[in-house]
Amino acid sequence: MALPKAKEDATATRLAGLSLPADAGWSRAAREDALARLQAQGVPQRRDEYWRFTNPSAFTAPEVAEAPSRDLPDEIPLGAEADRLTVVFTDGVFDPDASDALEGEGMEIARLAGAPDIHWARDLYGTLEARGQDPVDRPLAALNTAFATDGVLIRVSGKVTRPVSIVYRHRDARSDVLLHHVIRIDADAALTLVEAGPAGARSNIVIEADIAQGGAFHHVRDQGREHDRSATTAGFARLGEAAVYKSFTLSANGALTRNEHVIECLGNGGIAHVAGAAIGDAAAHPFHHDDTVFITHDALDCESRQVFKKVLKNGAVGVFQGKILVREGAQKTDGYQISQSLLLDEDSQFLAKPELEIYADDVACSHGSTTGAIDEEALFYLRSRGVPEGPATDLLVLAFLAEALDEIDDPDIAGVLRDQLSGWLSRHATR
Amino acid sequence: MLEIKNLHVKLEEEDKQILKGVDLTVEAGKVHAIMGPNGSGKSTLSYVLSGREGYEVTEGSATLDGTDILALEPEERAAEGLFLAFQYPVEIPGVGNMTFMRTAVNAQRKARGEVELSSADFLKLVRARAQELQIDADMLKRPVNVGFSGGEKKRNEILQMAMLEPKMCILDETDSGLDVDAMKLVASGVNALRDEGRGFLVITHYQRLLDHITPDVVHIMADGRILKTGGPDLALEVEKNGYTDLIAEGA
Repeated sequence: MALPKAKEDATATRLAGLSLPADAGWSRAAREDALARLQAQGVPQRRDEYWRFTNPSAFTAPEVAEAPSRDLPDEIPLGAEADRLTVVFTDGVFDPDASDALEGEGMEIARLAGAPDIHWARDLYGTLEARGQDPVDRPLAALNTAFATDGVLIRVSGKVTRPVSIVYRHRDARSDVLLHHVIRIDADAALTLVEAGPAGARSNIVIEADIAQGGAFHHVRDQGREHDRSATTAGFARLGEAAVYKSFTLSANGALTRNEHVIECLGNGGIAHVAGAAIGDAAAHPFHHDDTVFITHDALDCESRQVFKKVLKNGAVGVFQGKILVREGAQKTDGYQISQSLLLDEDSQFLAKPELEIYADDVACSHGSTTGAIDEEALFYLRSRGVPEGPATDLLVLAFLAEALDEIDDPDIAGVLRDQLSGWLSRHATR
Repeated sequence: MLEIKNLHVKLEEEDKQILKGVDLTVEAGKVHAIMGPNGSGKSTLSYVLSGREGYEVTEGSATLDGTDILALEPEERAAEGLFLAFQYPVEIPGVGNMTFMRTAVNAQRKARGEVELSSADFLKLVRARAQELQIDADMLKRPVNVGFSGGEKKRNEILQMAMLEPKMCILDETDSGLDVDAMKLVASGVNALRDEGRGFLVITHYQRLLDHITPDVVHIMADGRILKTGGPDLALEVEKNGYTDLIAEGA
């Protein structure tokens, strides 16, 4: 079917400045397929149902809106709390001096750019992204697969002694970053991956994670706290029998963020948990944060959880689109979804679209979405005990976010993120 | 210590006068009880004194050791030494009971220019006080009042009182929802805090709490005023004859 004219034009405009990497090598076929997908779908536009609450134009414009970088030396970055194998990308460009040697016990690790023909990566690159295009188009992810300039390829088969940390640094106010990471967890292996920092003025990052039987992938991400950047991410995961996928994202500030998760539970007894805490104050800079999740249950006895919390003030906007699809025969599915926002004033807004689509008859699925203000009773109770209004409000905000942070298994990582949230609150005194 | 003069209070939202000229003085070291039927304005008095929103003082004053507390924010009143044990303690999911109490204790110390308690010192203190009230470690770890029974909530109020060491304690219907054993425990907690430097205002509907916390002075409140003041015997009279006769007599 031909695209509408406006969409076709927008797609052509976006593609005009892009070309497939000359040294794509083994990934060329996957990239060409992805480009064909993108051309068939067209870039997302405001009128698309899947973009009803978030205007994608900043992601699709040929020019990157200016987003100055900020030096923020005052906090411990996520990842520094433990000994990790660190890979640094500055404005999307691999920084060999700042990075550790790409080798680690229990794993193979390489860069996407210039990687030799690694058969496991060739089989996976673009594969999970392509699977994730049905039933909803994800053209930005296809664009990423086609044009990604670099990324990290990790295959874990044994015991990993140093978890991996991908650190993003942003210096160039006009950088346009396209990175694509591929993770393969072999049977009974496990990996913790931390991503931290603002990737660029505009960034589009895709992770494909294929988790074999009994494997576990823990992913924690901190998107930095820059104001003007726009960021879109998509995490595609495929879970085998009894595989575990857990992902948590902290987003403080950011003009525009869209984080998608597309997860398929294909083996019996798989566990998929995705969670996020977002906090934004639109007084001086715009803040629009969108979490879009699609979890498919296609096996027996799988468990999925979505826990998303947003704290919004001074006209900040939060969006949640979350779906649980239970296919025929996926009996004993345990699906849970909660999305909540705390509005600290009357100017902020939260838009939520929770969905369940169930074709099996023996499942337990629940979803809930709430939006509300600070509980005045609780605030008075705290103040009557001597806690001033500002700190009392902060305590209640942190309490609200706690349920999402509780999804993080590693207490040290959770501690770092909690400190960052406390710091944010103290810089954005409420009353 | 606490001096209330000709206090008139109306609801902010509607034109309804609740307190119509309350006069009351609680001296240091004394326990005063206020009894009265439902709707007499007892709880409103406690809310107004602690600074809850929704009330407007139209006339009169309330001072604590000479400080006009009505002009202060709730947290400032607390730092001045005023404490209200809530009739319905509030549940705060996500805030640990221990964190809550340490934050409160140190906020008050900070406001008074005192040194904040270290974690270790706080922990030692809270464990000792909790033990006296039969509050176990689990209750200290759980979120504030979440999943607590009625008795646990009230014991938790008294624990906060013991930790904050206020000079003026107001207990709003602390006996409501308690069985006899729980009430005895709460009362012994309160009695342990009786001290010549500390005043108490015990608000209650029934006389039974006063069997365990013996008041020095009893006031009968009805229709927004103190109708009658007497000794502990007055409470027994209420128990025996109810409020109707007393109110008829006072009117």
